[in-house]
Amino acid sequence: MKIIIQGGRVVDPANQTDGLFDVLIEDGKIKAVGKNLPVGQDVRLIDARGLLVTPGLIDMHVHLREPGREDKETIATGCAAAAAGGVTSLACMPNTSPVNDNKSVTEFILRRSREVDLVGVYPIGAISKGLRGEEMAEMAEIWEAGAVACSDDGRPVMNALLMRRALEYARLFDFPLISHCEDLNLSADGVVNEGYISTLTGLKGIPAAAEEVMVARDLLLAKMTKGRLHIAHVSTATSCALIRQAKQEGVQVTAEATPHHFSLTEDLVANFDPNTKVNPPLRTQADRQAVIEALADGTIDAIASDHAPHTLAEKEQEYDLAPFGIVGLETLLSVSLTNLYHTRKLDLLTLIAKLTVNPAKILNLPAGTLSVGSAADICLIDPEKRIVVDASRFYSKGRNTPFHGQELKGCVVMTLRAGRVVFPRDTAEAVAGER
Amino acid sequence: MFKRKDLLGIQELSREEICFILDTAESFKEVLTRPIKKVPTLRGKTVINLFHEPSTRTRVSFEIAGKRLSADTINISPSASSLTKGESLKDMAKTLEAMNPDIIVIRHPIPGAPHFLAQKAKFAVINAGDGAHEHPTQALLDLLTIREHKGKIEGLKVAIVGDIIHSRVARSDIFALVKMGAAVKVVGPPTLIPPLIEKLGVVVEYNLERGIADCDVIILLRIQLERQNRLFFPSIREYSRLYGLTLAKLSKAQKDVLIMHPGPINRGIEIDPQVADAPFSLILDQVTNGLAVRMALLYLILGGES
Repeated sequence: MKIIIQGGRVVDPANQTDGLFDVLIEDGKIKAVGKNLPVGQDVRLIDARGLLVTPGLIDMHVHLREPGREDKETIATGCAAAAAGGVTSLACMPNTSPVNDNKSVTEFILRRSREVDLVGVYPIGAISKGLRGEEMAEMAEIWEAGAVACSDDGRPVMNALLMRRALEYARLFDFPLISHCEDLNLSADGVVNEGYISTLTGLKGIPAAAEEVMVARDLLLAKMTKGRLHIAHVSTATSCALIRQAKQEGVQVTAEATPHHFSLTEDLVANFDPNTKVNPPLRTQADRQAVIEALADGTIDAIASDHAPHTLAEKEQEYDLAPFGIVGLETLLSVSLTNLYHTRKLDLLTLIAKLTVNPAKILNLPAGTLSVGSAADICLIDPEKRIVVDASRFYSKGRNTPFHGQELKGCVVMTLRAGRVVFPRDTAEAVAGER
Repeated sequence: MFKRKDLLGIQELSREEICFILDTAESFKEVLTRPIKKVPTLRGKTVINLFHEPSTRTRVSFEIAGKRLSADTINISPSASSLTKGESLKDMAKTLEAMNPDIIVIRHPIPGAPHFLAQKAKFAVINAGDGAHEHPTQALLDLLTIREHKGKIEGLKVAIVGDIIHSRVARSDIFALVKMGAAVKVVGPPTLIPPLIEKLGVVVEYNLERGIADCDVIILLRIQLERQNRLFFPSIREYSRLYGLTLAKLSKAQKDVLIMHPGPINRGIEIDPQVADAPFSLILDQVTNGLAVRMALLYLILGGES
C-alpha cells in the first residue's frame, strides 16, 4: 500500500526542511520526500495543498491514568485523544495505581498500547518506589522493560541525596530524570500562584520560589553528577534564567513548557473556575512572557501538554477540593500555533522542532522526523483554520480545560501513524472500541 | 438601588450600592428598638443558613434578622448535614433547590464556594464568609458603625491590624473602605501581610505604633492561636507584645479614635481588656448593626420589589 501526500508545505526540523514537497509512504515508512513524485498504480493520494506536513507530534508529558484510574482516562481514550491532537508518540507518567515503579506495570502499559494500536506509547518509570521519595525504584528493570525516562512527576523528590543518587545511577542507561520541581514546604497547601490573585481571592498561594529553589537544586546536582536532567513544566521567569545559565555552563539539562503556562496567566483564577487549577499554577504575565522567550532562544527545548484528565465530579467542586490538572492532548497544537506561531514569537521550524525532534532526542525515541526510512508518523495541519475549543467533543475522558470556548487558529486535519490514518476516524468505531 | 440576585462580595459592589444598603440598614435599626421587633415583610419566604464552619454571631445574626422579617429560617451545620456523608456541594445545592428556598446564607472555609453555589442554583446566595476571601456583611456593618459615629467615611484614616493574610474581614473591609474614600493602612508582622496588597489601595505598616498614629478608626483582627504552628510568628506571647493593643499604645492615635473588632476577641492577646471595654470600643455596636445590615440585605434581595 502506497500513499502520496501531495503538495503540502513539509516542515521537518530534523532535516531542516521547509518547502512544498510530496511525501511518499510505502509499507508504513517514509520512502521519499521530493517535488512532483510520480504517481504509480495502487497509490492513495492525499491532497495536502494549503496544509503543513510535519512529523507526527511527540508529547513527552501525559497522564494516561491506566492502570487504576480508568474513570479519568484509559490507555485507549488517551491514545485516541493523542491521535486527534496530531500526537503519534507520547510518554506517560508513572503516577498510576499501582505506580509504574516495576516492570510488570511498564509491560502492562506497553501491552495495552499495542492492543489499542493507535499511537506510540513510551512509559516513564518512577524515580522512587511508590513515588514516596524514600528509596530508588529498580530503574534498570524498568529500563529493560521499555521505559524511556524516570520521574516522580506529580510529586517532587524532596530528598536531595536521593535525587543525587538517582541522577548518578541513571547514567547507566543514558536516560533522563524528569523533575517536577516543587518544594513542598514552600508550596504548603497552596492552590494558585502566590501574588496579587492569591491576595485578592484569599486562595492559598504557591510562591514562584517553591519551583525555583528546586530547579536550582536539581541543576546543581546535575552539574555535580553529570547526570541527565529534564525539567518538567517550567513556569517561572527565574526558572528560565536558571536553566539558561546552566546550559551555558554545559550542564546536561533539557526543559519543557506547557501550552497553558505560555498562554494563560493567574488572572483567569479570579472567577474560581477549578479548570484553572494546575500544578505548577498559572503564573504572572511576566512569567508567561519569560517562558515564551525561553522557548524562542532554545532554553526550553520541548512543548509538552502535561495532559492530566480528571472526572467532571472531581473538578466540579470548591477550588481547594478540586484536583490539580488540565487536559491538553487535543489542544496542544492549536494553542501552540495560536500563541507562539501566529504571534510571531516562534517560526514554524522552531515550533515544530519543540513538538517533534527535540522531545525525540531527549527520550531517545525513534520518531519525530520525516527522514527516508523512518516510520511514517505524520501530522497534517491547517495553520489558518479557526476553531472553537469544545471540550464535550474530546476523545479524552477529561473535560477539564480552561481553553473550552476559546477561539484558536490552526488545527490538526489528519494524523498518520506508521502510514495508517488514525485521525480522523469513524466516530461509531471510536465509541465502541474505547469507552 | 440594589438589583443583584446574590451578595457574594464587596469587590463587585459600587459605591452607590453600598450607600443604598447602609441607608436601608439605618431604617431597619428603628424596627429593632420597637417593643414588638417583628415586621411581616418576608412572610412566606425561606432563608437557609448553611454554615460549614463554626459561627455564633454571624449565624445567630442572620437567623434573628430573618425572623424579625417573618421569614422562615432554617439552620444547617455540617455535622448534622449530608455533607458528612460525602455529598458534594453541587448535589447539596440541587437538593436544597428542589425544596425551593429563597435565600441560602453560606459560610464556607474555601474561597469561592458561595460563587460556586450561586452558579449552580436558582436561589439567591449571601456570602457569610468564604475562607480568607470575603465577608461582605461584616464590612457593611463596619461601614455602618463608622458612619454612625463619625458621620462620614470619606477622608477617615483607618488601620486594620493583625492577621491580614488569613482574614476575609480584612479583604472585605479594604474593598469597602477604599471604595468609600477612606485612607487604609494594614498593620501586622510581614508574615501575615499578603503580597502585593498595596495594589488594593492600602499602605502597609509593620510597626503598630506607627501604624495607628493619627488614625480615626482601628479595626483589630482576631489572631488565630494555631497560626504559630505554621511558622507565621514565634509565639502568642511575642505577637501580643508587638501587636496587642493597649491603652498606652493607643495614645499615638487620634483623641477620638474608635476601636472595632469583628469578634470573637482574644482578651489580653490582640486587645487589652481595658481597650475592649472602653467607651470608645464599638465591638457591641458592631453586633447590633450586623442585625440591621442583614435585615436590609434579606429585604433588598427578597422583598425589595414588593
